[in-house]
Amino acid sequence: MTTDVAVLGAGMHPWGKWGRSFVEYGTAAARAALADAGLHWRDVGSVVGADTVRGGYPGHVAGATFARALGWQGARVTSVYAACASGAQAVTTARAQILAGLADVVLVVGADAAPKGFLRPAGGDRPDDPDWLRFRLLGATNPAYFGLYARRRMAVHGDTPEDFALVKVKNAALGALNPYARYRKRVTAEEVAASAVVADPLRLLDICATSDGGAALVLSSLDFAHRHGATRPVRIRAVSTVTPRFPNTVLDLPDIATDSAVAVAPPAQTFRASIAGAAYEEAGIGPEDLSLAEVYDLSTALELQWYEDLGLCGEGEGAKLLREGATAPGGRTPVNTSGGLASFGEAVPAQAIAQVCELTWQLRGAAGDRQVAGARVGITANQGLFGHGSAVVAVR
Amino acid sequence: MPYTRKPAVAGWFTGEGDDFRLLGTRCTACGSVFFPREDVHCRNPHCAGGTLEEVPLSPRGRIWSYTDSRYRPPSPFVSDPELPWEPYALIAVELEAERIVVLGQAAPGVTVAELTVGMEVRVVPGVLQEDGDTRTVWTVWHWRPTGVAA
Repeated sequence: MTTDVAVLGAGMHPWGKWGRSFVEYGTAAARAALADAGLHWRDVGSVVGADTVRGGYPGHVAGATFARALGWQGARVTSVYAACASGAQAVTTARAQILAGLADVVLVVGADAAPKGFLRPAGGDRPDDPDWLRFRLLGATNPAYFGLYARRRMAVHGDTPEDFALVKVKNAALGALNPYARYRKRVTAEEVAASAVVADPLRLLDICATSDGGAALVLSSLDFAHRHGATRPVRIRAVSTVTPRFPNTVLDLPDIATDSAVAVAPPAQTFRASIAGAAYEEAGIGPEDLSLAEVYDLSTALELQWYEDLGLCGEGEGAKLLREGATAPGGRTPVNTSGGLASFGEAVPAQAIAQVCELTWQLRGAAGDRQVAGARVGITANQGLFGHGSAVVAVR
Repeated sequence: MPYTRKPAVAGWFTGEGDDFRLLGTRCTACGSVFFPREDVHCRNPHCAGGTLEEVPLSPRGRIWSYTDSRYRPPSPFVSDPELPWEPYALIAVELEAERIVVLGQAAPGVTVAELTVGMEVRVVPGVLQEDGDTRTVWTVWHWRPTGVAA
């Protein structure tokens, strides 16, 4: 029995700072995905919303909010939250419902209207919340953690700020080709080097912005897809939503300390590597099978880390892989052909869904000037605050 | 009215001067150490769970990595918006005996330019915020280089 589900439609609202409601972005993306699928909203049996917390938590919950905006039609509803991994949670929920026979067609939607400046926890006095504590006690913003990872790579692997800048140069060139990206201008290494330091050693152009945006997918059973006339749809073959294994010895947002490895040896794979590992295992593929990858480049240095965690190269070889051009268009495994977070900025609940939209367009051969020739297998990878793994394998 | 010193978070550190220590807990069954302190149940999934006893952490460790905050962090971090922002360094420190990495602010005046990965640091008492309204000095831990190189 196959455990694949079909991607019948993909749709996005352009990323930017539009200053409007997340509902509008999500609904526009949903309508685009439905049109792409050749289906009407009334054909959808279930809607899964990736929640935006800033959009009005706890009253303004995503799944039903989108269903209401599209017009109440009685669909089953689910709302999920897993920070940056919310979109993968929405996809895995939709897939489980389809494979369990609970719905033939499921609409997955995520959208956000991001605040200006640093992402930060909701207000109030919450000394039992690690996310609140890291801001209160240390002023440790997300970029501070990105800076720690980048400095560690420089010390252990010999990466340089120039290596990091080349990630931005690559992704900005791809984003310039993507009509949904927020930043559509090429960037030079000199421009990265001239931008202000935010969290040493990282500069403004090494770190992703926060954006407004929306993304949606229409997923279905393969039987439905065939009945609907989609003879060779893109298929989702695996979704990894793993948690870390104790002891997690890489300092992770929003934690102030790692687990202690004094009683139990650390696992063979780091958390990030295990996210991809679980996806590969479920899909029955390995990194050598990939045509492309969409990874969570919260910072330029983090993209290099993902190369290693996806097994595109050995530990410490990420910068070398980049400089060889293996992850650029025309290379062995192009990474972030969408332009990545570097070109989009993060719209938290939409982002993991947007990654799957890019895979869908690439695997259909419909990615325009960004097209990876002959793309057959793609992976997305991402990590949500508090230990939420996220990876999706799509094939055609 | 004089200022009163209060810890910004309860039960995470103790002592003054050279006796200042971070406080964690240790499982009496498996020996796993937890910081921030875990007081309810051991989080090692291979452990049936023992009593969690309070333990002081090693005062010295080696720098795992470091960075700084060139822009003013948002609330709930507290800073005086009337004053120009003064960046401070953040240091993640590996404690050998506990096999744990603990993040903290560097002591005032310590900049990233003088830090390297592997350098020795020690934990020292620090001030997070002086609140004139309540006449309270909120205390926290800082990391300070000992002068022992990587």
